[in-house]
Amino acid sequence: MEVYLDNSATTKAYPEVVSLVADIMTNDYGNASSMHLKGVDAEKYLKYSKATIAGIMKVKEKEIFFTSGGTESDNWALMGAAFANHRSGKHLITTKIEHPAILRTMEHLKELGFDITYLSVNQYGQISLEELRNAIRPDTILVSIMFVNNEVGAIQPIDEAGEIIKQTNPRTLFHVDAVQGFGKLRLLPKKWKIDMVSVSGHKIHGPKGTGFLYIDEKVKIKPIIYGGGQQNGYRSGTENVPGVAGLGKATELIYRNMVEDTHRLYCLKKKLVSGLLKIDHVKINGPQDETGAPHIVSASIAGIRSEVMLHSLEDKGVYVSAGSACSSHKHTVSDTLSAMGLSTEYMDSTIRFSLSVFTTEEEIEYTLKCLYELVPMLRRYTRR
Amino acid sequence: MFTAFLIKYAEIGVKGKNRYIFEEALVRQIEFALSKIDGQFKTRRTQGRIYIDAVSAFDFDETVTALQKVFGISGICPVVYVEDEGFEKLGKDVINFIDNVYPDKHKTFKVCTRRARKNYPKSSMEVNADLGGVILDAFPDMKVDVHNPDVELNVEIREKIYIYSEVIPGPGGMPVGTGGKAMLLLSGGIDSPVAGYMISKRGVTLEAVYFHAPPYTSERAKQKVVDLAKYVSEYSGPLKLHVINFTDIQLYIYEKCPHDELTIIMRRYMMRIAEMIAKENDCLGLVTGESIGQVASQTMQALMATNEVCTLPVYRPLIAFDKQDIVDISEKINTYETSILPFEDCCTIFVAKHPVTKPNVNVIRQHEQNVFDKIDEMIETALQTREIIEVK
Repeated sequence: MEVYLDNSATTKAYPEVVSLVADIMTNDYGNASSMHLKGVDAEKYLKYSKATIAGIMKVKEKEIFFTSGGTESDNWALMGAAFANHRSGKHLITTKIEHPAILRTMEHLKELGFDITYLSVNQYGQISLEELRNAIRPDTILVSIMFVNNEVGAIQPIDEAGEIIKQTNPRTLFHVDAVQGFGKLRLLPKKWKIDMVSVSGHKIHGPKGTGFLYIDEKVKIKPIIYGGGQQNGYRSGTENVPGVAGLGKATELIYRNMVEDTHRLYCLKKKLVSGLLKIDHVKINGPQDETGAPHIVSASIAGIRSEVMLHSLEDKGVYVSAGSACSSHKHTVSDTLSAMGLSTEYMDSTIRFSLSVFTTEEEIEYTLKCLYELVPMLRRYTRR
Repeated sequence: MFTAFLIKYAEIGVKGKNRYIFEEALVRQIEFALSKIDGQFKTRRTQGRIYIDAVSAFDFDETVTALQKVFGISGICPVVYVEDEGFEKLGKDVINFIDNVYPDKHKTFKVCTRRARKNYPKSSMEVNADLGGVILDAFPDMKVDVHNPDVELNVEIREKIYIYSEVIPGPGGMPVGTGGKAMLLLSGGIDSPVAGYMISKRGVTLEAVYFHAPPYTSERAKQKVVDLAKYVSEYSGPLKLHVINFTDIQLYIYEKCPHDELTIIMRRYMMRIAEMIAKENDCLGLVTGESIGQVASQTMQALMATNEVCTLPVYRPLIAFDKQDIVDISEKINTYETSILPFEDCCTIFVAKHPVTKPNVNVIRQHEQNVFDKIDEMIETALQTREIIEVK
């Protein structure tokens, strides 16, 4: 049996997405900027995707800009906003548990003279709104907070955060990295006072190399990619028409039954968590209830290094990811897990299960069965 | 401009009546190396020399790089062929050659002529002197030095006239295929690929064995070893990689033997298994990347303890090398970047915090008896279930 539980790394594409992408690459292969009919045909797909996404997020079509994925969207939001607004201030705020696409970009901005504040998180990986309020200064130009943490699934209170940011400093921009939350939870930027949102296509059963950045029309931002002036000059480069069409299709499909799907995922998650807790010395990282995302379960199985657990499960056809990459040669400690105050012993033995709409109850049962078999065996052999 | 290469070889020249065996092996290795790059070449062996003629367009740098990986070659001379259309034309060709190859003319030179075609109107000495004159007239900055010249211009008069001056150093050594076969214990670290390269340089063909311990070592760790074997095979030629699943044996030793002796006992079994595969495949020895004192299992005492289980000779070309010297070679043969990828290998997973550094062979032998119950059966299974990867 093959059980793919690494959907936070990437997902299998919807069959409808695959056929649409293949069809466009074969037949409607024109350059959306060409003046002839082939170009016009191609452009229709861009418009359709924009309309789909804008409709679901209740924003304007012209506020959606297509990118190469989550990393580019994050880089653009941070650098583009910082460079366009540096005269109003040089202070940025983010959290300690962001994706590297945010953290490394912030480090780069720091080298360029910006001042960065990192918000801490509690043991469940959630920020404190009080700490956020106190961190905002008159010269704060941007706050960036992720929607759902990729390692432990903690949902951040971004709906309330927007209100607090705008109350404290109306000029401060608010960016949300929604790569892990989009498609799983409702996201309403206008209502929640969010100025920018990053989304990636391949996390929602769309094609890799696709994504978008929502930018509120009032936001002052600079491009980070220059060239032929596509997308109103904000993001140059020939539009990835098949990719964008696939992204639009995936968005449409994942939101079609979102309420039921999310409910089903929470049930599966509950089953997995309670099954995991039947094993001795297992710690679930992050929220176990509905304050956590429906599709992510991070578990530390004391005494078994994550890499070993991962490969043992792989042997049984179950694909998961190591919560924090670790080996005797190189120690890369997870930013999120250490910010949550996890001890090294647990950190080295953390694995992440991430579910998708394709995950079945049978697959969860099989996974648990494998764990019950493997854990006692692997615990016999530990480094003494 | 160059259309051919003259291949110089060092040690083969002294091989007496066996010389043809070495030359034929060298030609075979050259042809194999050239078959993998763009361009068509013809290799010929005449009068104790090997010439490579390009019969189509080719990339000079790519060709030289490929030849620099052929053991047995001591020097590669890029050659220009010109038609014999009288001495005056030859003078012009030589001027042209020097102008192209040496933009800076502040050099000393001498001309060395050889006549294979003895009916050429001038003697070798006359050609030397006359061409020297032509060069001095054309380039006033150049000076003659017959003892220690910067440029030794070689002119060979055959059916055509060959002109060459530069000798690009080759890798040296002996052609692969002239020295028997050995079994390399490949770990994924820095040392073992270098050891393989060095043994192969003496003309030895290689096979390799890797001990895989899933799930403790990952598929990527195995891929890393395959990649390393591929780099080594660029020099040694295609090789067979035997991948042994070592997990059960390792866990069994772990359960039955004192923990601080785990690495030594494990290595003794690795050597035993490697020797079994070696004998089965007509290998005449084992090769390891060990170097005295580098780690706990490579002290003199530990080496003695692992060595005693083998009947075949164990070749350890790096035995007296410092780590940095090994790293230098691994960078030269392009294995370094791959070797340092951070995947756990089978030697490190259960390693004790304080392994024995001076094992007593008698004690080790005694403790090893704890595994005698099942170990033979497990070795048999490991040999039966091994995966063989053809690396080329």
